[in-house]
Amino acid sequence: MQDQCACGCNQIDPKDKRFAELKAFIDSLEGVPGITMPVLQEAQRIFGYLPLEVQKFIAENTGVPVAEIYGVATFYSQFNITPKGQHHIGVCLGTACYVKGAQAVMDKVAQELGVAVGETTPDGLFTLDATRCLGCCGLAPVMMIDDDVYGKLDDVSQIPKILAKYKG
Amino acid sequence: MKTLNELKDMQAKALEKLELKDGMRVLVGMATCGISAGARPVYETLKKEVEARGLKDIQVALTGCVGMCTYEPIVEVLEPGKKKVTYIHMDEEKAARVAASHLASGEPVAEYTVGGNLQTLEDLEFYKKQKRVVLRNCGLINPEDIGEYIARDGYQALAKALLEMTPAAVIDVMKASGLRGRGGAGFSTGLKWSFAAPNQADQKYIICNADEGDPGAFMDRSVLEGDPHAVLEAMAIGGYAIGASKGYIYVRAEYPVAVQRLKIAIDQAKELGLLGEKIFGTDFSFDIEIRLGAGAFVCGEETALIASIEGKRGMSRNKPPFPANKGLWGRPTVINNVETLANIAQIILNGADWFHSFGTEKSPGTKVFALAGKINQGGLVEVPMGITLREVIYEVGGGCPGGKAFKAVQTGGPSGGCITSANLDTPIDFDNLVAIGSMMGSGGMIVMDEDNCMVDIARFFLDFTVDESCGKCTPCREGTRRMLEVLHKITSGKGKPEDLDNLKELAENIRQTSLCALGQTAPNPVLSTIKHFEDEYRAHVSEGRCPAGVCRSFLKYEITDACKGCTLCARNCPTEAISGKVKEQHVIDPEKCIGCGACVNSCKFDAIIKKN
Repeated sequence: MQDQCACGCNQIDPKDKRFAELKAFIDSLEGVPGITMPVLQEAQRIFGYLPLEVQKFIAENTGVPVAEIYGVATFYSQFNITPKGQHHIGVCLGTACYVKGAQAVMDKVAQELGVAVGETTPDGLFTLDATRCLGCCGLAPVMMIDDDVYGKLDDVSQIPKILAKYKG
Repeated sequence: MKTLNELKDMQAKALEKLELKDGMRVLVGMATCGISAGARPVYETLKKEVEARGLKDIQVALTGCVGMCTYEPIVEVLEPGKKKVTYIHMDEEKAARVAASHLASGEPVAEYTVGGNLQTLEDLEFYKKQKRVVLRNCGLINPEDIGEYIARDGYQALAKALLEMTPAAVIDVMKASGLRGRGGAGFSTGLKWSFAAPNQADQKYIICNADEGDPGAFMDRSVLEGDPHAVLEAMAIGGYAIGASKGYIYVRAEYPVAVQRLKIAIDQAKELGLLGEKIFGTDFSFDIEIRLGAGAFVCGEETALIASIEGKRGMSRNKPPFPANKGLWGRPTVINNVETLANIAQIILNGADWFHSFGTEKSPGTKVFALAGKINQGGLVEVPMGITLREVIYEVGGGCPGGKAFKAVQTGGPSGGCITSANLDTPIDFDNLVAIGSMMGSGGMIVMDEDNCMVDIARFFLDFTVDESCGKCTPCREGTRRMLEVLHKITSGKGKPEDLDNLKELAENIRQTSLCALGQTAPNPVLSTIKHFEDEYRAHVSEGRCPAGVCRSFLKYEITDACKGCTLCARNCPTEAISGKVKEQHVIDPEKCIGCGACVNSCKFDAIIKKN
């Protein structure tokens, strides 16, 4: 990975420009109470996930103990402390989708990619997740790939074609 | 903006735009559901076509959710003196044709309209029983234009409260209106405000709970996307009533469109001085900040929500002290749900008696339900309280599709229960739903038919609560997990008759001893399905079958002689359980078959049958 530290320690290079970007965001919140969540959200937007070195950086720059940062980062399902695939697939397992066959959708995607829920494909292309209700129940069953919504997936045989769009 | 007159002047100007004298107003439904169905390219195409053709006096605007999800993307064309034309299932090609024919030459394209004969949505049974208070602007106004909200009496309730009423008078109206919290518990909004008002503190807070987590409920999202100012105005009114100058909106990160529209709305309101310092020239100042959730269902619980805004793990705590006394950063805090807030400006403007003119005595007003699942016409429906479930499911929703038999309707999400056909004539209100073993919850209404297994549904909800338990108290953290294990046992064919008693005993203990509402209500889906569908549980544990044919361990698939030997099923089988030669009948090896049903879905000849 290009963002690794030169010493080979597998961490993000401390001189990486993205740290400056995060620092600027933290500074912009001076005086605002309760900034842990907004900072973690911004950090994840910048880095894609929240490795320990980013958590430590946040702790140093906000005064919030790293233990607390780690606690928050691991509590909420949208924070990732491990890297995710290039494309994020979220199969909605909300009730409306579930009663209309979301499990079959999930099984088909898992079978096509050869990974289980929560896993990333070995080529780093896809991460498969079960998501909470996406709120478009009229289209159930639904899955999201990145920001694209695919609805009415009753017929799971259309799934390989959808996935193929992201492989090229 | 300093005076009511300035607001009225602005309203008059904005009305000119909304109430067309000539030209056309083209509205594209662009809430999340519309966008997901493909509304954005339709909107772009219409705009492009109008521009390219040099059409004058035609406004193409986006609007919020019209409510009829099954027809999205929806485009409505309004013209003075003419009946509205509603286009459904639109795409780019259809949009181009509508622009060429309707917008350019005034000839509607009937084949793209409801029923193919120029019906509007209002002609449908779906709308006839509805009463729109909360959703009154959704689908009508452009949520990204504060002028259109002002045209529809926007911010006049705030002006009335600030200029003509004392904070105590506002609270009195809210109490008299009988408005109850739409987030689920149904607590009186006026009372909640009255608890916080007398508390002395250097700072008080109003929080809008937009952490709509119940799977299958999306009314709050629709309000935020379709009429965000209604929420902002109500928060300011609440702030005035309890003496708070700061508001937070805690919204799910899963709702990016809602967040974006809220940001636009807050900026526009600030620009006009409807939020900020000394609103309408009074001493009242009010500011609103948005905070995003990060995917934790428990944060819909108010003490957990407060912890989350404070930057901590979203874990609930014991009450008392209630947030009205000690809330955000220890200060008095009122937390109201989105739908609750969306009622408030209307109540202040029209009075408490008006609010009592629909609904029931103890649950006045309307309720928005998200009707989904096995239903012909799902969507967002707003009905007066007191309407029966039968009316909502059969008259508004049109019953189950494909002639399947109705089995149950699930309300209240993971905290609620299943209601069977025996109780369909119960008038819907907060108290009645609790009496029949479910609850209002935030308004998700998931219809299930004969193909849904109730044990599997109970397992599904428990799976959800186990995942979402914050882990602070033992009954919820460990108890729900044990219940889920039992349900897994039952659905995988290893259940025993005594498991039902174990489930009930665990459920009772969890209900009585959990810290917050998440745990206290977690057993409800299990208890209500055991109560109404004990036969189905018994079939799993005693007879070794799943009557609905859902639980895989009980399923057997067979290929009949209708098989043409096309090999499609064999190619789709994930476990290579199907064998056979081309053009000869195939067979399934029951040892290898995992019962996934992929073969049934792939078969073009209906040659594979499922046996329970």
